[in-house]
Amino acid sequence: MPPINLEVAFGSLQLKNPIVAASGCIGYGVEYTDIVNLSTLGAVAVKGLFLEEREGHAPPRIVETPSGMLNAIGLQGIGVRRFVNEKLPQLRECNAVVIVNICGTTVDEYAELARILSDAEGVAALELNISCPNLKEGGITFGCSLEGTHAVVDAVRHATSLPIIPKLTPNVTDVAAFAKAAEEAGADAVSLVNTFLAMAIDIETRRPRLSNVVGGLSGPAIRPIAIRMVHQCRQAVTIPIMGMGGIRTADDVVEFLIAGADAVQVGTANFVDPFLWPKLLQGLTVYLERHGHAKVSDIVGTVDLSTPGISWISS
Amino acid sequence: MPVDIDAVVLSNDRLSKVYNVIKLSAPEIAAISHPGQFVMVRQDCETAPLLRRPFSIFEILRDNQQQVSGFSLLNKRVGTVTDALFLLASGDRLQCLGPLGQPFSTPPSSAAWMVAGGVGLAPFATLAEDLRQKGVPTTLFYGGRSAEDLFYVEWFERLGIRVLLTTEDGTRGELGLVTLPLKRELTTLPPTTELMIYACGPTVMMHTVAALAQAHNRPIEVSLEPVMGCGLGGCYSCVVRVRDERDKNSSQLLRSCLHGPVFAGDQLVWDDLARAV
Repeated sequence: MPPINLEVAFGSLQLKNPIVAASGCIGYGVEYTDIVNLSTLGAVAVKGLFLEEREGHAPPRIVETPSGMLNAIGLQGIGVRRFVNEKLPQLRECNAVVIVNICGTTVDEYAELARILSDAEGVAALELNISCPNLKEGGITFGCSLEGTHAVVDAVRHATSLPIIPKLTPNVTDVAAFAKAAEEAGADAVSLVNTFLAMAIDIETRRPRLSNVVGGLSGPAIRPIAIRMVHQCRQAVTIPIMGMGGIRTADDVVEFLIAGADAVQVGTANFVDPFLWPKLLQGLTVYLERHGHAKVSDIVGTVDLSTPGISWISS
Repeated sequence: MPVDIDAVVLSNDRLSKVYNVIKLSAPEIAAISHPGQFVMVRQDCETAPLLRRPFSIFEILRDNQQQVSGFSLLNKRVGTVTDALFLLASGDRLQCLGPLGQPFSTPPSSAAWMVAGGVGLAPFATLAEDLRQKGVPTTLFYGGRSAEDLFYVEWFERLGIRVLLTTEDGTRGELGLVTLPLKRELTTLPPTTELMIYACGPTVMMHTVAALAQAHNRPIEVSLEPVMGCGLGGCYSCVVRVRDERDKNSSQLLRSCLHGPVFAGDQLVWDDLARAV
């Protein structure tokens, strides 16, 4: 039995392993260098960036819900130029593979962000945030229409040779159609899912629990829906898929890979246990060993649809 | 550098129907913590409740050889998580990540006043020990709704802390809010006394204390308790509006887990804080 190799080819990106820190859940990465050796991750997707600095929404910005959380941070951020000057050098020093998540209010802003980041040293890929549910303009407005998705991907495609990964929203009826639109516009891969638009109310005061009224639901609660969407997209496109939504354990990672993800992102679970990364890698290795696989790609998209519906009996 | 410890519960002392003190074996965290720092705690419970909750480190525990052996948490029941913490038994485990955040500063001063409201007492046990070690004459202004909301008074007195109590129903100490004796003492304190004020409690209380301190031109630090998701700067949920040091007219939202939870009272934009609770 050859040793397990966790390396994955994610389009043109060669990742050390398929486990990526999800955007919005690990700051700019540099906040975690005491706790996480960023170079041991497949990649780090840093907090979504606009061209300019942004304040985001007023608190309260998060609220816990059953097996999940709502957030409406509103993309508070330092803007792309400060990121390039202040954070990117630190990330390079950590030997992190950096995926920069970008967000604009116009198609031109996405293209401008892509141009700036193409000139910066140490950016491995761009994740296009066309799916943030917490903004009045930009983001999800593009991600909720096929034309908008196509337009953003197409504009960025013409602005950069970096791999581009549009991050899709689950707040649509047919997510596979959006994956297809992204693929046709020249995306190198897609990532999904972003958070589900949701709301929680304090029944004593009858006020929304978030200052923004609505927010995005993440965490284990959304995992089965995310799995379904990754499965649907896998059947619709041939480009790689970065799957995410409620991953907390190595078993969850494996479930996404089997559903058709070539790599996965882990977000909310990093808030609960920032020391989880080595445990996920170890658990994935053990799974591959146990099933006699030498590499991750052996299990990607291997969901067996021939005899569905019996697994609940054994658990 | 914070560590994550699966700490054993040594004891759970129920102080009343709502307050308890949980003693935890966690020398790794206790030994490197400073007054004002906090931990993010969670019981092993699969996915619900999901997120950790922030708690001030209350006491530093020492064994018979005076070696640091752990710390305690002052808990008040206000919801699902704190209810579960009220029910812990010795031998149970609690996952603790810490120490986190910026501690209180203790510049050389000739007097230190700690102003605590209710569960806001939590960060002051370690601060009191530190101040006494430095030989700073220290006073604790401690207020609660009723006599049964006041704890550890003798503990502070044994350290040599002067304790001034208030209750809103007059069942112990002076009748009124904790700011009542504070106001009086501020007025009579000789201007030559170099005073440092610390406050922790309800936002409206800390706001009043900060305003009084400013009116008397005294430095003050407050320890905030905002909603926190991660404690490490990852989620951006615990931001508070802080004035720019150079330009008082501009401000920015800072993560209180990284830049706080201790802030200089005159740095904070209090109207914003009041709106958030």
